[in-house]
Amino acid sequence: MTDAATPVELMTIAGSRLLRDGRVVFAGVGSPLEASVLAKRLHAPSLTIVLEGGSIGPRMLPGRLPVSTNEMRAAHDAFMLTSINDLFLYGQRGCYDYGFIGAGQLDQYGNVNTSYIGDPDHPKVRLPGSGGANDIVSSCREVMIMTRHEPRRFVERVDFITSPGYLSGPEARRQAGLIRSKPAAVITDLALLGFDERTGRLRLDALQPGVSEADVHASTGFELLMSDTVAELAAPTPAELAELRWLRDGNKTPAGQTREVTSAP
Amino acid sequence: MTTAADKRMSLAEAAALVNDGDTLVAGGCCYSRTPWAMLLELLRAQRRDLVLARNLMCYESELFLATGAAGKLISSWVGIGLRWGIPKVFREYVERDPSLYEEWSHLSFGMRLMAASMGLPFLPTASLLGSDLLARTPAREMRCPFTGELLVAVPALVPDVAVIHVQTVDASGNAQIEGPAYMDVEYARAAKTVIITAEEVVPHEAIVRSADRTQIPGFVVDAVVEVPFGSYPHECHGRYEADFDHFDAYSERVSADGEAGVRAYLSEYVVQAGSFAGFLDMIGASTLLEQRRRARELVSG
Repeated sequence: MTDAATPVELMTIAGSRLLRDGRVVFAGVGSPLEASVLAKRLHAPSLTIVLEGGSIGPRMLPGRLPVSTNEMRAAHDAFMLTSINDLFLYGQRGCYDYGFIGAGQLDQYGNVNTSYIGDPDHPKVRLPGSGGANDIVSSCREVMIMTRHEPRRFVERVDFITSPGYLSGPEARRQAGLIRSKPAAVITDLALLGFDERTGRLRLDALQPGVSEADVHASTGFELLMSDTVAELAAPTPAELAELRWLRDGNKTPAGQTREVTSAP
Repeated sequence: MTTAADKRMSLAEAAALVNDGDTLVAGGCCYSRTPWAMLLELLRAQRRDLVLARNLMCYESELFLATGAAGKLISSWVGIGLRWGIPKVFREYVERDPSLYEEWSHLSFGMRLMAASMGLPFLPTASLLGSDLLARTPAREMRCPFTGELLVAVPALVPDVAVIHVQTVDASGNAQIEGPAYMDVEYARAAKTVIITAEEVVPHEAIVRSADRTQIPGFVVDAVVEVPFGSYPHECHGRYEADFDHFDAYSERVSADGEAGVRAYLSEYVVQAGSFAGFLDMIGASTLLEQRRRARELVSG
């Protein structure tokens, strides 16, 4: 019997299920990368993962997941190691189906702040910055954001737009010249959120198992739109949990479970 | 740019090519293939008021800010890695004075160096559109003169000096990089002066035999310095893994003592160590060999 999924595991597994086989995902390090690797191992063997440091098609060594997106662990078993500009320019060219990032702070239009908390001229907190996130949301066809669902992260208006979502709506986004990509989903430990195409605002589409709508509203600092039918996400399967934990800690499978490792390109 | 046959010199001699106030771009990415030995040498030489530019920065950011070696940083991201977060002293400096830090996205930073590497004053990009980064940088919105598409023009960044660490180079500076090249080729083409440090200086014939792997031609290189483990405690692809224990110890020190922790680190590993070889002695041969072994596990077949 496996232990119950942690909030981060719930969110990572929910994210992994959204990635379809045969696509290309530009993933940030941490949960987006773990979700991508999990998808590739379980249901999307022909998913190509690309990572910021120039790594195309890597397969992670379990227990040795990268701590930064450009290091040797992130290059393990890649089929192409190129320069950073080259890697990003394939994105600008339109070659990446998904852009998958984390978020420090985000708002109802999916605008992400990873730069400053407070007034940027007199900041309360300096955050790490864009890295590739701004480029990913500007170029990858479907943008997916994964983050813990906390009121301090889900704010009415971000203090600084590092990586734009819908700005203040689809027309604002179009006028800003953001025509290559589209905000698609926000995956959290409480819910799966989509974007309302008319207003560009976040909408509650599905709940994580055992989570109520009230829980989600209490952790969201703005009014969420509601889907006509709010679904409940399927609980993580033992196979998903075992695979994810193996990736993270590199420990062998519990007795009796088989682990089929697909080796597709 | 020089065509001398033998450009080999010491770290100290190479450091003399860097002047106070220069814009310096450091190769690699975050904690990968960082020219760490050269960066420590510049701190040892007490360079002042540099503008330090790097696509992603690790804790060299705060070593340079806290000593006054850099008066300004240009990057797209500053952090040690997921496990350690943002360097604390860097954060405090920028929270006090945001003008110390010029923030770009990764690609827009790269396009600045790409423009310089192509001998052009700017390049267009589809990044930064609609973001608040746009107003806080010299980047400008532009219309494509042919299609009318809204884009962003980023100005070329021409570094006075690029310092780059590679695996192999010959004495005249023909350099080969294993693993991702990051932005090193663009840096080498963009900068006015280029310093290459390398794990090994190899005979010219060895470069000729594998000329398809040469990424930086010697005619853009001014100095060649052989420094085994020259990225340590950062990693060098295929040669050694980053020393996370060293990062842990550094981070603990800085979270406990802030800026004094940064100074204590430098006092120990730059001043007392006396040289980069002295620094490696302090790390110890058994640790270095273990990090080599761990690197081989990641790149073998």
